[in-house]
Amino acid sequence: MDTSIKVLIVDDFATMRRILKNILKQIGFKNLVEADDGTSAWEILQGQTIDLIISDWNMPKMTGLELLKKVRASDQYKRTPFLMVTAEAQKQNVIEAVQAGVSNYVVKPFTAEAISDKLEKILK
Amino acid sequence: MNVTLINPFINATIHVLETMAFVTVSAGKPYLKKNNVAVGDVTGILGLTGVANGTISVTFEEKCILNVVSNMFGETMTELNHEIADAVGELTNMISGQARRELEEAGKVFKAAIPSVVTGRNHSITHHTDGPQIAIPFSTGNGDFTIEVCFER
Repeated sequence: MDTSIKVLIVDDFATMRRILKNILKQIGFKNLVEADDGTSAWEILQGQTIDLIISDWNMPKMTGLELLKKVRASDQYKRTPFLMVTAEAQKQNVIEAVQAGVSNYVVKPFTAEAISDKLEKILK
Repeated sequence: MNVTLINPFINATIHVLETMAFVTVSAGKPYLKKNNVAVGDVTGILGLTGVANGTISVTFEEKCILNVVSNMFGETMTELNHEIADAVGELTNMISGQARRELEEAGKVFKAAIPSVVTGRNHSITHHTDGPQIAIPFSTGNGDFTIEVCFER
């Protein structure tokens, strides 16, 4: 797994961004960028090149699903790995995310191992 | 109140605290709460809509939430501040999500709002329905917390 890539973490809760940053740093990722909703994330994606997106679902302004759809509709990011990390674990949510092109899905609460395993799979 | 609406929140609370904060949690006996005064110092509250409308809240004693968030962050937290409030909101969100997953398996689908957080001694908790407020006390090795579940009659 290439840990030199630039990762965008999107969550409206600073707590979750902090937990994910701690886990990613433990794995070896150093190039981390944060956004607190989909709108801010999209602005970051327009301004710099991101190699992996890790996003919450339920956020104000622009949800993670809306962000995923914008990402998949763009030429630059249509193949960029996108990991959804969310408390929205109901079947319909998972189906919608898969249909929109999510790379993988982690349900909160999660362990550091769960995040690491999913990243191994989508960054192969 | 239908116990099948309560148990998923108890299970979810235990699972979330144990997974995210490595805290061993034991649930006490549920009781009918008769007032709006919080049993603790910081509360996350969240509205639910679906097969029934209601709210859930999670109220932590200061000592308990400082220990929980310290474990989540891997560093010692010493005061109730915006970081603690944010963490309580996210914990409430996760408990709701986990419980809704179990409820969905039983055929009960709910949607959740974004949680809000209230802090301060003797603060009030406003459940937006007139149903009974079922409180479930929990203890950890480092302080107590209480969840409240309130669905419309």
